[in-house]
Amino acid sequence: MFGEFFAENLQRFWELTGFYNATWQHLVMLAVGLFFIWLAIKKDFEPMLLVPIGFGMLIGNVPFNLDAGLEVGIYDEGSVLNILYNGVSAGWYPPLIFLGIGAMTDFTALIANPKLMLIGAAAQFGIFGAYMVAMAIGFAPDQAGALAIIGGADGPTAIFLSSKLAPNLMGAIAVSAYSYMALVPVIQPPIMRLLTTKSERRIKMKPARAVSQREKILFPIVGMLLTCFVVPSGLPLLGMLFFGNLLRECGKTKRLANTASNALTDIVTILLGMTVGASTQASSFLTKETIFIFMLGFMAFIIASASGVCFVKLFNLLLPKNKKINPLIGNAGVSAVPMSARISNNLGLEYDPSNYLLMHAMGPNVAGVIGSAVAAGVLLGFLAA
Amino acid sequence: MKKIILILAVAVACSASISAQGRKDLRINEVMVQNTNNVIDDYGEHRAWVELFNSAFSPLEISSVYITNDKSNPKKYPVPLGDHRTEMGTRQHLIFYADSMPTRGTFHMSFALIPGQDNWIGIFDADGQTLIDEVTIPASLPANASYARIEDGGDNWEIRDGSTPDLYVTPMGANQIVDENQRVKVFAERDASGGALTVMAMCIVFSALLILCICFYIIGRINRKLAQRRKLMAHGSEIREVPRAERPDADSGEVIAAIAMALNEHLDAHDRESTILTINKVRRAYSPWSSKIYGLRETPRH
Repeated sequence: MFGEFFAENLQRFWELTGFYNATWQHLVMLAVGLFFIWLAIKKDFEPMLLVPIGFGMLIGNVPFNLDAGLEVGIYDEGSVLNILYNGVSAGWYPPLIFLGIGAMTDFTALIANPKLMLIGAAAQFGIFGAYMVAMAIGFAPDQAGALAIIGGADGPTAIFLSSKLAPNLMGAIAVSAYSYMALVPVIQPPIMRLLTTKSERRIKMKPARAVSQREKILFPIVGMLLTCFVVPSGLPLLGMLFFGNLLRECGKTKRLANTASNALTDIVTILLGMTVGASTQASSFLTKETIFIFMLGFMAFIIASASGVCFVKLFNLLLPKNKKINPLIGNAGVSAVPMSARISNNLGLEYDPSNYLLMHAMGPNVAGVIGSAVAAGVLLGFLAA
Repeated sequence: MKKIILILAVAVACSASISAQGRKDLRINEVMVQNTNNVIDDYGEHRAWVELFNSAFSPLEISSVYITNDKSNPKKYPVPLGDHRTEMGTRQHLIFYADSMPTRGTFHMSFALIPGQDNWIGIFDADGQTLIDEVTIPASLPANASYARIEDGGDNWEIRDGSTPDLYVTPMGANQIVDENQRVKVFAERDASGGALTVMAMCIVFSALLILCICFYIIGRINRKLAQRRKLMAHGSEIREVPRAERPDADSGEVIAAIAMALNEHLDAHDRESTILTINKVRRAYSPWSSKIYGLRETPRH
């Protein structure tokens, strides 16, 4: 009698375990999660993001009996993970990250040379080029818009937009966006070399002028008002970005700026990365669409980098000889801050050891952040229900 | 002066929030004048009804709003305070019965609608003067048919008698069920290549950043002029714009660096560092609370 009771309960417990409920899809997803962790720790690819995402994948893909009513899964209403996931599904983590980005970003290079903003705009063609390709493949316009935003090279923006336009693809889009951001040093240099001549790579740009404190304070205020008047749908991202920057530049809210750029950003990054990773369930991740998303994301990155470089070359045709822009900073129009600016600098130094492009490249780089948020707002305005 | 500015700012902020709290988004959405086999009220009776709709994308509290069928008496039926059901959720509907029996509860109004004649219905804001919405129900409305907006909150009205699937009566429900994103549908049909959206979106992105660029170009110029003016004023010199031809060519970075180094050597000057090391004498008064002898055990002696 006792033995039967004992065996029955053990059997029931066994049916709840991950070993009993595991499928090959779970194992594949766990392997992908481990691969991300390996990439982050061993290869140093965006560890701040890939470690939470990779470990989130492990958490989200531990197999369990869905019918047992355990309420532990990320999609189980009211579970702890589900509550944490609300920041992603309702889209309030990305604006908080943008607050931190704003508080971290120095827009001086952009204010000193405002025409660099146009490079940030040109690089957004990566988003819309990918949109056209996605439409040709057969994605619906809202899904195409959500996955095209990968070309903006901006993880929080990609999560924000996909959570609104195509929540079912969000996991794959977020993972793809962060993966390619980590691969910027691999993807961009060949494109930059291909599209520029040796003499163009050696162009020396004039040092940026000094920017006054007043201009730095005016930038976030005027920037927010102007961009949000044009694209109100980008308000959550642009509003928080410029607000964070005002905290930094006004000089009176140092503590708030420090919290926004350090503690708050770290907390939200942990939660965002982990929950995005956990949301990549095998059933929605291991699909044909995911392969397309990764392919399109790669292509969007290439188009974005190339369009930035090509735009600078075209722009140079209009500029006087002493004001030419080095096309190597064109790639920095994507908003992978400061990685793509660093690549411009490194490549510039390769061809002329005295040609430091970092500060010049930071201009289009931060303009790319604004540009991708504006592009997301435009897509949201056109395609949201 | 500062106080006055502060008071003015608070007043402006308060007035903005008052208008934001307005009920301008409340709509009369559907009305049935003669009800014999449609909705049954909470007393099990068929009564004429008026459906209100919150067309806003935020909740709306409608208590103290007035509903009336008499233009000369805008305060005929005040929606009572203190009933939590009068808070309408985003894009939600609410039915009021026009049965002249306000004692039956919040949703029973103090007037009735009369079949066979035009019935005017209006909603007034809490001040009893601001008309939020109005509609005149035609006398020709048949029994058990409703006069409804074609789309929730839309401008056009139609008579719904249930004769076709599109003309169903929808108390407490959406007048037109939308099962797909219309914008996406339009883009899928009319812009299958995505080219039109691409062109429009790129124009918008460029315009936004171009405006910002021009704005900061102008701000930069003004700022430099102001700085120059201030500098000249400080030095007591008269302000004179140097013609472009007379301006010296910009020095190369190397020349500037050499001058800076020479000045540094000569003046023994240093840049202002962000980190300041200050050595102050700190007086630490003894306190038994922080004394180590009470917190540590003595080393055993052998």
